[in-house]
Amino acid sequence: MYDVVIVGAGVIGCAVARELSKYQLSVCVVERESDVCEGTSKANSAIIHAGFDCVPGTLKAKLNVRGSKLLPELSKLLDFEFKNNGAFVLCFDKEQIGGLEELCERGKANGVDGVRVISGDEARAMEPALTDDVVAALYAPTSGIVCPFGMTIALAENAVKNGVEFRLSTEVKGIKKTDGSFTVLTEKGELEARIVINAAGVYADKIHSMVSNEKLSIIPRRGEYMLLDKDAGCLVSHTIFQQPTKMGKGILVTPTVHGNLLLGPTADDIEDKEDTATTRQGLDKVRQMAGLSVKGIPFNKTITGFAGLRAVGDTHDFIIGECKDCKGFIDVAGIESPGLSSAPAIGEYVAEIVGSIITLEKKETFYAVRKGITRMAELNPEEKNRMIARDPAYGTIVCRCEGITEGEIKEAVERPLGATTLDGVKRRTRAGMGRCQAGFCSPKTMAVIAEKLGIGIGDVKKNGCYESEVGEDA
Amino acid sequence: MREFELVIIGGGPAGMAAAIAAKENGIDDIVILERDTQLGGILNQCIHNGFGLHTFKEELTGPEYAERYAAKVYELGIHFELGAMVMDISKDKEITVISRTHGAETIRAKAIVLAMGCRERPRGALGIPGFRPQGVYTAGTAQKLVNCEGVIPGKEVVILGSGDIGLIMARRMTLEGAKVKAVVELAPYSSGLKRNIVQCLDDYGIPLMLSHTVVDIKGKRKLEGVFVAAVDEKNRPIEGTEEYFPCDTLLLSCGLIPENELSRSAGVELSPLTNGPTVDESLETSIEGVFACGNVLHVHDLVDFVSEEASRAGKNAADYIKGKPASPGVPLDVKPGNGVRYTVPSRLYTESADDGVHIRFRVTGVFKGASIVVSSGDNELLRRKGRIFVPSEMLDVVVKKENLELASGEIEVRIEEASV
Repeated sequence: MYDVVIVGAGVIGCAVARELSKYQLSVCVVERESDVCEGTSKANSAIIHAGFDCVPGTLKAKLNVRGSKLLPELSKLLDFEFKNNGAFVLCFDKEQIGGLEELCERGKANGVDGVRVISGDEARAMEPALTDDVVAALYAPTSGIVCPFGMTIALAENAVKNGVEFRLSTEVKGIKKTDGSFTVLTEKGELEARIVINAAGVYADKIHSMVSNEKLSIIPRRGEYMLLDKDAGCLVSHTIFQQPTKMGKGILVTPTVHGNLLLGPTADDIEDKEDTATTRQGLDKVRQMAGLSVKGIPFNKTITGFAGLRAVGDTHDFIIGECKDCKGFIDVAGIESPGLSSAPAIGEYVAEIVGSIITLEKKETFYAVRKGITRMAELNPEEKNRMIARDPAYGTIVCRCEGITEGEIKEAVERPLGATTLDGVKRRTRAGMGRCQAGFCSPKTMAVIAEKLGIGIGDVKKNGCYESEVGEDA
Repeated sequence: MREFELVIIGGGPAGMAAAIAAKENGIDDIVILERDTQLGGILNQCIHNGFGLHTFKEELTGPEYAERYAAKVYELGIHFELGAMVMDISKDKEITVISRTHGAETIRAKAIVLAMGCRERPRGALGIPGFRPQGVYTAGTAQKLVNCEGVIPGKEVVILGSGDIGLIMARRMTLEGAKVKAVVELAPYSSGLKRNIVQCLDDYGIPLMLSHTVVDIKGKRKLEGVFVAAVDEKNRPIEGTEEYFPCDTLLLSCGLIPENELSRSAGVELSPLTNGPTVDESLETSIEGVFACGNVLHVHDLVDFVSEEASRAGKNAADYIKGKPASPGVPLDVKPGNGVRYTVPSRLYTESADDGVHIRFRVTGVFKGASIVVSSGDNELLRRKGRIFVPSEMLDVVVKKENLELASGEIEVRIEEASV
């Protein structure tokens, strides 16, 4: 019997798990995919929002502002990439400047530091690539960018270090409420739990309806993105939003923590919760709208396009709380934007709810610090040579675009919750995430994974679970 | 800090030929830095024949062609280091390199030959919408998997792009038992060599769909199929022409990009037309003592031309090290005119040309019965009529020294179309 079973190993499930691992609880995270960070958490804008956008008094406002304040420190403790780069919201129409002022007031009401409205010229002085059409901008100095994979994996690894169990490649098929506890039915057997936390992203409605008659609906809202080469990453230094208008929320242009340029997202409500395909129309829209904000975007430097699904609830706010008709079952649902920014605060908030159900006692020893995979490219020559002397694999560059060594890839597959797929290695090390998009490094990376898993190189997968494959064939 | 007179970056066909030429011209203090575990570069995965017809007057496989040069490298005692990845080149020719054997170190060079080759254009750069499943590979990655790792990526294949590697892989996959359903090409003509279309597609009954492209990719985890559509003259897909091809493998052969991140770090001027360094007739880049050759300079279709070009770069690097004075005067710009996409070199010193100057270029479309004309002002320096010129075949003309003396201002290379 676990004290808590968490369904879903996205950034929310992992943030909650890490927070609960501070207490004397047995916690298990169940995830249908073969890795953490496989859903919405892996395909989003990677922004830590300042918090000016949320309606004051909502959970979103409270948790966003709290989350963004926790992030800088958390990124240091858990060794993932975060940068406080500041953001603009651009206004292209003098008539609309009032809207910016409103946004600014909202930010102040939410407790966001330093937000102010500036002129188009002031904005261009700070960010020269902005187009001449910008008449005014809201400036939010506390806005930041993060590596969403790095953050989710760091939270998960630290949770493991503090005793949380992860069951990957394990889909939840049903949940039965019995007296005072739950039976979670999975494709790999049953788990008993006193508390179940639903962090299933776009599938949170499905998990919710396993135990509750209350209506909860999640609509997947697809967002398409384009990612440009690092050559283009220095075009802007801030995150650049467009003022929401009747025409929609606009398209952002932002550098990533790794120095690429990210454009997107579109916003299309769809039905299929698996439909992460990009479309010609979507990518065309991204190109066209991004060009309104920033001059001279070198679209020919595009290295990839992708789409993510935001889990949009029907309340315009996060849906977080114990289910009224099912005590001990906690929904953490409808975590659309600013979900990534709020994640650490959601962890705290959910821990409070758990504490209202069962008594929480702090562990004597909690390991708050986690060290990430070696980043050879960031080491000085002496440090590099120390690593190579220890293991020559750190002297072999496998991914030439990102300068990733065999040693780093070995670390990625050998860690707890290690990568088992090419995509898993990519999210942990960036091998394959550069301008050639894994053209050169795939065969070598496949060989490292194959050796670790004891399978043939040809059996190494780009994504997905190995067991289900066997099941399909059987 | 280790110092070498000549550092050659890349041990493929270009790097080996440059090293051999430099050695034969009196330079002993050479190192070839090769990132892979053997010399030869991409030739090692090109196990088909057709290499060396110009150089050796016989048909060799890629590894055999590489071996001829590697043997010469051993024979001449040229020093090379494997598993050595160059991370950075500074403006003053300090090279940061990382390897298992020497760790992270900085090497100083008197002269450098850039011979890093090229990479394939990935899917993202093509903007093909759809899912991102397993089963989408660049043709060269698939070639490496099949020929070096013994892994067959799939059984039902569609190939986008008719570049030479795509054509070669159409045959290769067929020979390995896969069904290649179509080779789909955006342009109204193939971007591969004619002989490859005949030997790799026609001989196996594989259809080549010109003026078509892949417009959607299906399958969330594993590739299930692709939609192919016809395109109009502006390369826009024509609605209603979509055809679905179930497949588990999509290979991309949609162009090669010279790999010049290191050149950029050194501050070498790059040409937007070739994506390679701009060079003069001695293959020297905008930085004195830094030369470039092979696919890092411009994408070649025949390795024989790579070797020839690299030999010149190696010899010129040797001359530079031996203290040959810099070319006198101001270089003339060499410009692509009608029907010409780029020229290498893009500038030349007429006085320092030994006997003649190679100008290499590609045409922008298919020209039948047309003439290549090299001119400067009113003076025609060269005229050559040809049966057919196609973009897939790099053209090479040699302008004689006495004709170069007529040049002033700038030199233009153009195609004069046959009058209808």
